[in-house]
Formats: sequence, C-alpha cells, structure tokens
Amino acid sequence: MPALGADMVEGTLLEWQVHPGDEVHRGDIVAVIDTDKAAIEVECFEDGVVRELLVQPGTKVPVGTPLAVIDGSGVCVPEPVIENPLVRRRAAMKAEARRQPVAAPPVVAPAPARRKGVRASPFARRRATELGVDLATVAGTGRDGAITAADVEGTSTPAEHVAGDRSESMRRAIGELMARSKREVPHYYLSSTIDMTASMTWLRDTNSARTVSDRLVPAALLLKAAALACREVPQLNGYWEDELHIADHVNLGVAVSMRPSGLVAPAILDADTLDLLSLMRQLRELVTRARAGRLRSREMSDGTITVTNLGDNGAEAVFGVIYPPQVALVGLGRVVERPWATQGLLGVRPCVTATLSADHRATDGHDGSRYLAALNQLLQEPEKL
Amino acid sequence: MNALEARDAITVALASVAPECDLADVDPDAVYRVELDLDSLDFLNLIEALHNATGVDIPESDYPKVTTITQLVDYLVTHCGSVVG
Repeated sequence: MPALGADMVEGTLLEWQVHPGDEVHRGDIVAVIDTDKAAIEVECFEDGVVRELLVQPGTKVPVGTPLAVIDGSGVCVPEPVIENPLVRRRAAMKAEARRQPVAAPPVVAPAPARRKGVRASPFARRRATELGVDLATVAGTGRDGAITAADVEGTSTPAEHVAGDRSESMRRAIGELMARSKREVPHYYLSSTIDMTASMTWLRDTNSARTVSDRLVPAALLLKAAALACREVPQLNGYWEDELHIADHVNLGVAVSMRPSGLVAPAILDADTLDLLSLMRQLRELVTRARAGRLRSREMSDGTITVTNLGDNGAEAVFGVIYPPQVALVGLGRVVERPWATQGLLGVRPCVTATLSADHRATDGHDGSRYLAALNQLLQEPEKL
Repeated sequence: MNALEARDAITVALASVAPECDLADVDPDAVYRVELDLDSLDFLNLIEALHNATGVDIPESDYPKVTTITQLVDYLVTHCGSVVG
C-alpha cells in the first residue's frame, strides 16, 4: 500500500486491475486504492508475472503492506528508495499505526462482478461497492458510455446515498494535514507583484495562431516558470526529514479544486523539462482525471513543490499552507491591471501577485526572495519558457 | 443551426466538461462561468467541445462576447453558417 501523501497511514484496496498469471510491466496500472481524498490508480514498479494477490478488494491495510507478489522481481510495493526520508517517515507512521488498537475490518459488500467490457471510473466502482450495485446493471452516461458515480447513485435508493462521505472525509483529511503543517512547519511568507505584460502579450499572440486544442492558459506559463525557478533555487524543491533533502526532479504539485468541495494536489512530473504545450496538455489531463477520480499513485506521492493558483476564483493573493514534507508552496493570484511606475512614468500593466510560503528550517528569506526574483525574470521572457 | 440546436450543443458540451453542472439551473443572462464555477481550463475545454460539435472556432479575442448562455447561443447560430466544411 503506497503512501500517497504525508498524512496517509492506511488505504483501502478497491479493485485489482490484474489477475494471477498476468504479465505486468513497470508503469502498468495494477490496482485502484481508496484514500480519504480520492480513488487512486496504483502503478507497478516491477516487471514480471503476477503470482499472488495478497489483499482482497474492500480491505483496509496500513501503508507499506505488500499488495501482491510478482515473479521475477519480488513483492509489488512502491519503489523503495532506502535513503529517501519520505520512506522512513512512512515506515515510522506504519509502526505507530500498528501500536494503535486496530478495529475489525469493516464489512464491505463484495465488489460487483466485473463484466468484461464494463467501463467505469474508479470512483464509480467505489460507489458501486459501497452501495452494493452491480455495474453490469448500470447504464453509463459518461463519455463513450462509461459509467459515472452519478449513474451508480441513481440506481440506489435515497436512503443508501452517502454522497457526503467523500467530501466529509476529504475535508477532514485536508484539515488534519493543514493543522499538522501549521503546528510543525515554521512558515515564512514573501510576496512579489510581477508585471505580466510580456507574458500576456506573448500569450495573446501565440494563441491567435493556435487551434483551440493547442491554446495555452496563463496558468501554463506561471506553472512552467514556477518549475524552472526551482532550478535556480533548488533548496525550495524537496523534502524536510530531520534535514533538507533536495529533490533531483521538479515534480510540480498543482492544487486542484474538487466538486462539490475539497482539494487534491497531484504532481506534474518533471515539469521543468516539459515544453509549454506538453505542460498544458498534461495539466488539462491531470485536472480531468483528478475530478474523475483517476489519479495515479506517483502523481500523489512524488510532488516536490506545490503551486496553488486561485486567480480564476478572483483572489489577488494566496498565502498558502505547505504540504508536508515539502518545504515550499507557491501562491498565484488573479492577473489584474494595476498602476505601474517605471523610469518615472506611470502606466497600467497586467500584474499577478506571486507569494511564497516556505519552511524556515530549510530556507530563509534570502532564498525565498531569490526564488521570487527568478520567477519574475522568467515571466519577462515568456518565449523562453 | 438554430437557437435550440445551439443550446443543445452547449448542454452536451457542458456535460462533458462539468457533468455535475446543469444548464437548466443557469440564468441565460448570467455569467455562466461564475454560476457554474468554471475555471479557465473548464472554459477552454468547453470551447473545444463546442468547436468539435459545431465546427465553430471561438477565438480568444471573442471570449468576452460569450460570457452568458444567451450570447453563446447567438454566437454559435451566427457563426455556424459561416463554417466552411
């Protein structure tokens, strides 16, 4: 059972996507697990043949519990990196969880038989399990006839609806994690107002020549700049575990608001290496999958820095709470026109307020200031992003 | 394309972008992005879905002209006939 967030100590296996005897390769989706926040697709990190499935669907197990045995490479668990402090932290949390009284496993309705050809989102499958609905009897209304959670809920009686459970558990998980971050992480905050004239002009010009499927939103430029700025100040891109561990990759967490409520922050992996169009496509796909309950384990567990962009909601500045064990969170507000003085002349420029919430154990204001300065400079040359 | 067909196309496109939203709940003269809490990605997905369904490409410069359902319906009706297949 992978740890898909610093706050996760256990998860529920919702369904297997493989069977004993199946050949699997690194990166294949092998299972769907349920956390407090979302149903997540779990990738396999080994090549081989599935020999045994160790955990049955509907079972809740602690983080680190082996889920399956794969011949050729050993036990299928998230890729172990012995020196990774996050792995040690997870192991410690697992040991702590074992010392807690363990409740009897919840009685869960058997997972509905999977009819060959039934297409349903992981969240729809979870809801079907909860409500005891056979997916084979549900008509799908999603894309290409896929069964959605709403389709499943529509087949059950109102008394069985527990639609609030997901929002409530997500809210609780978010609250616990943010409270812990505020307790344990000594935050410092910096802000910078960035002239977005060059970026918005470049964006307007480039989009006028692009087909609708290739258009960029301002967030794509902001995210790419945030990722590249990590190369200039790598101390803000990593984990805190007794000391700062600088990450080798820039896996940019993106805060995604869920409907009707809630928040997840999956990561765009190696965001600093992507060209703008690729980053934009990955962003669109990531947000779509996040809201459909189809995120992947690496996206939830491997973020190295997170960006929260609330410009669409009208907020002009965001002073966020760091997702532990990360050491920084970048906040971006709405692009607004502001008076702007340069060389003694006053004009009006589109501007964005960029903020940095950072862990004072890992960095200090000098590092944070350098990061915001790098972010600013990158946005003055959007053609280089 | 008439107004009813345009509205149907918008309903289908919106369902693909934000399935939990119901166009019937939206005042046709209200700003639907605010009413339906659509962010910039949702909006771009909506524009793309409408383009795929109707062939009408709404350029970025025209985004301020389609902020309400009424405006969007009128835009599609006006521009659908000018699409060269």
